[in-house]
Amino acid sequence: MMAKVRNKAGQGRGLFGYAIFYLAFLYVPVLFLPIFSFNDSAFIAFPLVGFTTKWYTEMFADTGMQIALWNSLKVGMFTALISTTLGLLAAKALTRYQVPGSAAVLGFTSLPLFVPDIVLGISLLILLNSVHIPLSLWTVVVGHVLICMPFAMAVLISRMEGFDKSLEEASLDLGEDGWMTFWRVTFPLALPGVIASLLLTFIVSFDEFLIAYFLAGTDATLPIYIWGQLRFPYKLPGVLALGALILVASCVLVIFAEWVRSLGTDPNKAPTVGA
Amino acid sequence: MTDAFIKIDHVSKRFGGFAAVDDANIDIQRGEFFSLLGPSGCGKTTLLRMIAGFEYPTEGAIYIDGQDESDVPPNKRPTNMVFQSYAIFPHLNVFDNIAYGLRRLRLPKREMTARVNEALAMIKLEGYGKRRGDQLSGGQRQRVALARALVNRPKVLLLDEPLGALDKRLREAMQIELRQLQRNVGITFVFVTHDQEEALSMSDRIAVMSAGKILQVAEPRTLYEAPNCREVADFIGTMNFFDAKVASHENGAAILDAGPIGKVRAAGENLPDVGTPVLVAVRPEKITLSTTPREGAIKGTVDAAAYLGERSHFHVRVDGIATPVAIASQNVMRSGDAVSHGATVFLSWPDDAAVILPRE
Repeated sequence: MMAKVRNKAGQGRGLFGYAIFYLAFLYVPVLFLPIFSFNDSAFIAFPLVGFTTKWYTEMFADTGMQIALWNSLKVGMFTALISTTLGLLAAKALTRYQVPGSAAVLGFTSLPLFVPDIVLGISLLILLNSVHIPLSLWTVVVGHVLICMPFAMAVLISRMEGFDKSLEEASLDLGEDGWMTFWRVTFPLALPGVIASLLLTFIVSFDEFLIAYFLAGTDATLPIYIWGQLRFPYKLPGVLALGALILVASCVLVIFAEWVRSLGTDPNKAPTVGA
Repeated sequence: MTDAFIKIDHVSKRFGGFAAVDDANIDIQRGEFFSLLGPSGCGKTTLLRMIAGFEYPTEGAIYIDGQDESDVPPNKRPTNMVFQSYAIFPHLNVFDNIAYGLRRLRLPKREMTARVNEALAMIKLEGYGKRRGDQLSGGQRQRVALARALVNRPKVLLLDEPLGALDKRLREAMQIELRQLQRNVGITFVFVTHDQEEALSMSDRIAVMSAGKILQVAEPRTLYEAPNCREVADFIGTMNFFDAKVASHENGAAILDAGPIGKVRAAGENLPDVGTPVLVAVRPEKITLSTTPREGAIKGTVDAAAYLGERSHFHVRVDGIATPVAIASQNVMRSGDAVSHGATVFLSWPDDAAVILPRE
């Protein structure tokens, strides 16, 4: 009897250790970013020399970085808006109407998740070249919408399935047409999903390197700019400072998106956002 | 086109090869409380949704107040609906839920407020305007759904099993309230239910449906006392059936030869020809049970007895008949009809109790 209990406790300890190791493996490398971004040395090596914020000041003063950041914000915002709008329409169609071959549609739109980005990037580049569309931030947006659609649809379909279909019927019954029903009932109820989708697709676009690298032409997005900076060893600490900031911003956005998405999943509860 | 306020004219609805509603013909009068009654899956909700405009008939037409509404979308129809789930908008409060249909009309604010408050008073929920949908009980949600529909002053109110989600006591209270409300507002109600008692107690007339077909349209009393087929008789209340054959006609009644239970007399219109195989149907409460033999009574043995307070139920086995005969008797005396399991009893019923039904 005693042996059995002790055995169980030992097993628990083993799993606990494994969990700690797993989390450390995931997050310790990431922690080096902020640590070395405050280290007063151009060399990325222990022991730490001293605390400084000069890398942050230097990085903020860099006009190339500012332009790249602004480019990334623009691409991210357009990507988020377009993919969320398309995702909302697709989610509405797939959850509310009998669409022939809806399973196939769903499968094809999630395909970009499984196709390597480098393959997508190259094929888009070939396509754009062959139809003579010049590379720009817009072509990056096109590529990013492609890879963001699966995320937008996953979030929005689950949100749309989460509320009673007869709510929309009730609106029609009370005299509103399809368009006004969308704005007075569907959209307010889907709003938490819409916000979550905007945030999620923005982050996916903001972090994306490969497709942007192929499609950006002469305008650099932030990941491309960072990649370029890595050629200069003395710029590395500044890149680390930038990376640390992006890391924090990404975490905040993802947590916020998850929180919004979980709001009002009970179809009888009103979403507190936008109500 | 027609005198009926709602005319359902040879309406069928097919999903693929399956006929959810099969050639339905119903005339509903203005101001009537009309029920569609049937087991789940019989097509009653599909028919209601076709009147509302959520489904379009595959064949046939639906007229409301003389207008052909068959292809008109729900937002253009003079109908409003109370949904089974009530469909209270969770992002709006009670006031805005009720005002939903009025906002579209761009009424002056004062008039709209007056109409919503009037509706709140009608459902006895004054002062609940600021409450959110999820802060209401089931009965309150049901009332809000009712007010939200009636505030638009529809020509027809459609109700899809609106009392199904309520507990028994509340449901019975709402049945009475709903009936009174209908009399007060004078609007035509079309009410879908699978609960036969609910339909009998509330409706002016009832259409009984089964497997997409309308079996009988009649007043509650007629449905119960003079069903037109075995299915209707069986679905509404309990019924005893005996196989029989028409032996002769006599003074507007048929004398039926019912084999093991002997000759049965049954009156009725359109009596079937002599020699036609028929069913004789008798309600359990029409049968008198006695412990002493009497002229023409059927002899049997008590198989089961259940005491239910104001009445008792018995199952009596009769030689030559497979199904025991069901009998319900009022316990008029405090001693009750003290017959117990195994007792020999004698069954009889008045001449007008037996109903002749076609044998399928």
